[in-house]
Amino acid sequence: MSKLSQKFKNMTDTSLLLTITILVFFLMYIGAIVFQGKGFLKPQTFFNILNENAALIILSCGMSTVMIAGGIDISVGGVTALISMCCAVYLDFKGGNVLVSMLIAIGIGLAYGLVQGFLVAYLDIQPFIVSLAGMFFARGMTTIVNTNPFNVQNESFVALKNTRIIVPGLGSVNKKGIYVDAYVEIGVIIALLVVLIMFCILRWTKLGRSFYAVGGNKQSALMLGINVKRTKFMSHIICSLLAGIGGYVYFLHVGSGAATHAQGAEMNAIASSIIGGTMLTGGVGNIIGTFFGVLSLRTIQNIVASAGLDQAWWTGITIAAMLCLFLVIQSVVMARKKMSVKK
Amino acid sequence: MSKIYKNQIFIPMTALLILLLFNLIADPSFFKITMGLNSAGNPVLSGYLMTVLDNGSELAILAIGMTLVTAASGGQDISVGAAIAIAGSTLLRVLCGTNTRPDTLRTPIFVAFLISCLVAMAFGAFNGVLVAIFKIQPMVATLILYTAGRSIAAWINNNELPIISDPKFSYYGGFIPGIPIPTPVFIAAAMVILITLVLKFTNLGLYTQAVGINESSSRLNGLNPVFIKWLTFVILGLCVAVAALIKVSRLSSINYSVIAKDIEMDAILAVALGGNALSGGKFNMAASVIGAFVIQLLTTTLFKFNVPSDALPAYKAVVVIMLVVFSAPVVRDRMSVLFKKLSAESRKEAA
Amino acid sequence: MADKALLTMRGIDKFFPGVKALMGVDFTLRKGEIHALMGENGAGKSTLIKVLTGVYTKDAGTIELDGNDVNIRSPQDAQHAGISTVYQEITLCPNLSVAENMYIGRSDAVLQNWKKMNEGADKLLRSLDIPAQATQQLGSCSIAVQQMVAIARAVDMECKVLILDEPTSSLDEQEVQKLFKLMRELKGRGVGIIFVTHFLDQVYEVCDRITVLRDGKLVGEYEIKDLPRLQLVSKMLGKELDDLSDINTDKEGETVDRTSEPVFEAEGLSSTEGIKPFDFNIRKGEVNGFTGLLGSGRSECVRAIFGADRVVSGTVKKNGKTVKIQKPIDAMKNGIGYLPEDRKVDGIIGDLSVRENIILALQVMKGFFKPFTKAEANAFADEYIKALSIKTASADTPIKSLSGGNQQKVILARWLLTHPDYLILDEPTRGIDVGTKVDIQKLVLKLASEGMSITFISSETDEMLRTCSRLIVMRDRRVVGELTGEDLTQNKIMSTIAGGEEKNE
Repeated sequence: MSKLSQKFKNMTDTSLLLTITILVFFLMYIGAIVFQGKGFLKPQTFFNILNENAALIILSCGMSTVMIAGGIDISVGGVTALISMCCAVYLDFKGGNVLVSMLIAIGIGLAYGLVQGFLVAYLDIQPFIVSLAGMFFARGMTTIVNTNPFNVQNESFVALKNTRIIVPGLGSVNKKGIYVDAYVEIGVIIALLVVLIMFCILRWTKLGRSFYAVGGNKQSALMLGINVKRTKFMSHIICSLLAGIGGYVYFLHVGSGAATHAQGAEMNAIASSIIGGTMLTGGVGNIIGTFFGVLSLRTIQNIVASAGLDQAWWTGITIAAMLCLFLVIQSVVMARKKMSVKK
Repeated sequence: MSKIYKNQIFIPMTALLILLLFNLIADPSFFKITMGLNSAGNPVLSGYLMTVLDNGSELAILAIGMTLVTAASGGQDISVGAAIAIAGSTLLRVLCGTNTRPDTLRTPIFVAFLISCLVAMAFGAFNGVLVAIFKIQPMVATLILYTAGRSIAAWINNNELPIISDPKFSYYGGFIPGIPIPTPVFIAAAMVILITLVLKFTNLGLYTQAVGINESSSRLNGLNPVFIKWLTFVILGLCVAVAALIKVSRLSSINYSVIAKDIEMDAILAVALGGNALSGGKFNMAASVIGAFVIQLLTTTLFKFNVPSDALPAYKAVVVIMLVVFSAPVVRDRMSVLFKKLSAESRKEAA
Repeated sequence: MADKALLTMRGIDKFFPGVKALMGVDFTLRKGEIHALMGENGAGKSTLIKVLTGVYTKDAGTIELDGNDVNIRSPQDAQHAGISTVYQEITLCPNLSVAENMYIGRSDAVLQNWKKMNEGADKLLRSLDIPAQATQQLGSCSIAVQQMVAIARAVDMECKVLILDEPTSSLDEQEVQKLFKLMRELKGRGVGIIFVTHFLDQVYEVCDRITVLRDGKLVGEYEIKDLPRLQLVSKMLGKELDDLSDINTDKEGETVDRTSEPVFEAEGLSSTEGIKPFDFNIRKGEVNGFTGLLGSGRSECVRAIFGADRVVSGTVKKNGKTVKIQKPIDAMKNGIGYLPEDRKVDGIIGDLSVRENIILALQVMKGFFKPFTKAEANAFADEYIKALSIKTASADTPIKSLSGGNQQKVILARWLLTHPDYLILDEPTRGIDVGTKVDIQKLVLKLASEGMSITFISSETDEMLRTCSRLIVMRDRRVVGELTGEDLTQNKIMSTIAGGEEKNE
C-alpha cells in the first residue's frame, strides 16, 4: 500500500489525472457493454462516436492547449458556426472550389487567433471577456453572412463529405446477414493527426513546455527566461487555428451552414479538456487525456440516451454534471497530493 | 467641470446623449410618443422611447445584481440568461401544474413568484459556492449553468410550452388596465428603489467593495469574504427571478432556447458602460442602471435601422471589445504617455 | 590583495520617487568566496540585488564583471553575463519535471532533445549530490531540493556569480546543511556567491566576508574573523555598542501593576505559519514588544494572537477567562486591534476613501444592518483626521493617494476608533517619515497611560526601547528571552538576538 502511495506521490500531476481519465473511460465503456447490451461491443459504435466527434476532438485539443497555458477561449463554437456558414455560402452561392473553402476556414481561425491573442497577451485583457465577445461576434456575423440554414449542394464537396475510409477487419454482420465494413470519415483521420501533432508539440518542443511553464507559474516562467507574452499569444493562435480546422471538419460532417451550428461546442470542448485532466488553473493537462475526455463525454451521453433519457435536455445536464464532478475530483486529488508532499 | 468629468455617471450619460443626438439627427420620429389603445382596449403610451424604457427594465434589474457580483468577485456571471429560463420555467410549472393550458391558475401568482425566487436564488447560491469556496473563476464557474440552464428549464416543464390565458398574469410584462405606462418600468423602478434603500440601510456596498478591492485586508478587518461573495450571487439570483417574471409575463409563455438569449452580454456591458471596473472593487449602482438603458437604447436604435436581432451580438461585441481595450491599464498607460508627449510637443511648438 | 575581484560595483545609486534606495554603494565579490550581504529591512540589500540582476536599472555607478564593464538591463542579460539568482520564493515551475526546469528558456531551438537533457540533468544532480531524479515532477520534491535544483540550473549555466537571496528561510536544519555543502562545493569551483540571509548563525558558518548596508548606504566590508556577531548586529542596527545615551529612563506612563491579572494571556500558541508554541501575556496599560531580526517570527506571533493565521494549538484567556479566537472578528469582539505589518497588502483598502477606511473595523463590529449615517461617519473621520493630524485633501480622498505615513495613521485611526483593550502594532513606523514616527511613539505611550495594553513591534531597536517596558526576544521562530527593567539596553538586546555563546565579546 505504501509503495502504491509512493508511486502516486511521484507521479506528475499530468499523468495522474490522465490515468484517472483513461480509467474512467474504460470503466464506463465496459459498464455500457454490460448494462446496455451488445451495441457498444460493435466496433462501428465506437467509430460512430469518432465520426460524430472528430470536430470536437480538434476543438478540444486547441482548448486544452490554451487552458494549459493558463487561458481560456469560449469563441470556438461561434467560430465553427461562422466557418460553416462562410464556406457554405462560398461553395454554393459563389460556386467556389473545395480547396479555397479550406483556406477560408483556416484564414478565419488564424484571424481570430491573431486578434484574440493580441488582446489577451499584449493588452493584458482577461481571456474570458475577449473570447466572450469573440463568441458573440462570430454568432452575429454568421447571421449577417446568411440568415437561413441550408445544405451545401456543391458536388465535389459532397463527394468529399461522403468519402468513407474502410477500417479492415472490424466490420460486422448486420441483421440481414450481410457483412458491413466498419468505416470512419475523413474528419476522423484529420482529428487523429491533430491529436498526434499536438501531443508531440506539447510533449517535446520548447514551445509546448513553455505553455506548461507559463500556465503553471507566470512569474517563474519569466524568471526562467521564457517570453511569457509570446507564449500566451501562441497558445491563442494554436487554439483558434485548430478551431478553424475543427470548424471545417464540423462543416464536412454536417454539410450545411446554419447560425445554430455547434451551439455549446465551446462548453463541450472545455468539459472534455477538464474531464481529460486539464486543470482550469493551467499548467497541467495532456492531449491524450483530452482525446479520452471527448470519448468519455460522448459515451456517457450514449449511455444516458440508451437508458431511455433521450430528450435533448439531458445532453446539457449530463455535460454540466460531468464537468462539476471532474472539477471536484481534480481539486480533491490535488489537495491530497499537496498534503502528502508537505508531510 | 473636472468634477463632472470625474463622476462615474459621466460615462453612461455621455453615451446616452450621443445616442440620443444620433437619433435626433437621423430621424426625429424616434422621440415621438403616442397615446393609443392596445389590443385589450386600454389606453397605452407607445413609441421608441417607451420601448427603450419597457425593454430596458429587465436589463436594469439584472445590472443591479451583476454590479454587486462584479464588485465583490471581480468576475461576471454569464449564466443569467439560462437562469432566467429556469426561473421562468419554474414560475409556469407552479402556476400550471401538469396541465399546460390551464383555465385557472393552480396557485396564486405571488406564491409562484416566491417559489421561482427561491429556485433562482438556489442556483445563484450554487454559482456562489463554486466561486467563493472552490475559488473557480466566476465566468468559468457560471459556464456550467450557462450550458445546463436551458436544458434544466426544459426539463422542469417536461419540454412542454405552457400558455397562461389568465389576463392578470400578463400585467407584469404588459400594462395594468388604466395605466398607460408599461408595468416593467414600475417593477424596475421598485427594484432600483429597493437596492438604493438596501445600500443606504445596510453595509452591503461597503462590504462588497472592500472585499473586491482587498480581500486580505477585509478579512483582517473582520469581514468574511467567502460569505460576501456568495451573498452577491444569491442577490443576483433574486434579480434573475424578477427579470424572469417580466420576461415570462410578456409572452404568457416561454421558449426555452430563446428567452433572455444573450442577455448576459448586455448585463455585463451595462456594468462596464457604467464605468465600473470589470475587475471588481468600487462600483456605482446608478451608473450601471443608466448603462443598462443605454444598451437598450443602442439595441432599439439598431433595430430601427433594420439590423436583424440575430446580428445584434456582432455589433455589441465590437462595443465590448472597444470598452475593454480602452479601459485596459496597458492601453491607458500608453495613451497617457502619448498625451504627455503630444502636449509637450505642442508646448515646444508654441515656444 | 591576492584575491582576484570577480565582480565590482562602484558608486551605485538608485532612486525611487521620494526615496533614495541606494546611495553610492560599493560592493566587491572575489572568485571562490561566499560573501554575506547583511542589513535590516529597508537597508537596500534587495534593491542592490535587483540592480545586479537587471530587474531595476541603476541611476548611477558602474558594474564590472571579470574586469569588463557590463550593462545589465533585464534578467536575461544578467543570465547571459553569468549572474544567476536563486530567490527566497521558488522561481521554478512546480508542474514541470526537474530536468525541464533546469533547461527550459535557455536555448532558442524549436525542438529539444529531452532525452539528452534528462541524462545531463541526472549527471549534474548526482555530481552535486542532490536527491532528485531528472524526470520527477519538481512539485513533488521538498522545498530544499527545489532550491537546490534552482542552484543546479544556475551552476549548469556556468554562472560566475551566484546570488542566493534568503534561500534558507523555509528550510530545516538538515536541509540547510545540504545547501551549505553545495555552496562550499561551488566555492571550490571558483564561483563567487552572494548570500543574503537573516540568520546570523548561518553567516558565521559558511561566509568568508560580510558587507553591511544600512539606510541605502554602505557601512563597510569585513572579513568574517574581524567582525564578531555582536558587532555585526550593532552595525546592522546602526548603534554603537556602548551608546546608552538615547535610552529613556524616565519612561512616562509606567503604571503597570505587575501583580495584576493579565488582560490577555496565551499559552502554547502556534499557527500554521510555523512558529514554535509560545506563551504570552500582557497587563493593563503595559507596552511590550516582540523583537528579533526579520524572519524571526515576531509578526507570526501577533498574527496568531489576532487569529489572522490559522491557530493550530494553544489557548487565549481574557481577564482570566478562556476565549475562542479563530478568526479576526473573534479577536475584534474581544477588544483586540491589529495594525498589520504589510500596510499595502493587509492594511489599506486602496480605492476606498479615507473616511470608509477609518470606520471600517468599527462598522464591521457594529453589524451589517447598522450602517453609520453619513453624519456619524463624517464625525468619526473628522475627529481622527484632526486628532492624528492626518494630511489628506478631504475625508473623501481615496486612501491610496495619501503618503505612506498618513496611510498608516488612517489604519491606526481605524483601530483606535474601536477603542480596543489591547492594540497590536506590527511595524507601524516602517517606511514613514521621521516626524510621523515620533508622533506614533508618543501616541503609543499616551494610550498606554490611559490604560490600553499595547504590543509594539519595530525593526528599530531604539524605538522599542523608548516605548516598551518589556521585550520578548525571538530567534528562528522561537521565543528565546524576555527582557525587562535593567536589561532593556541595546547591548543586552543585541546579545540576546545574536545568541548566547559570544555574549562577552
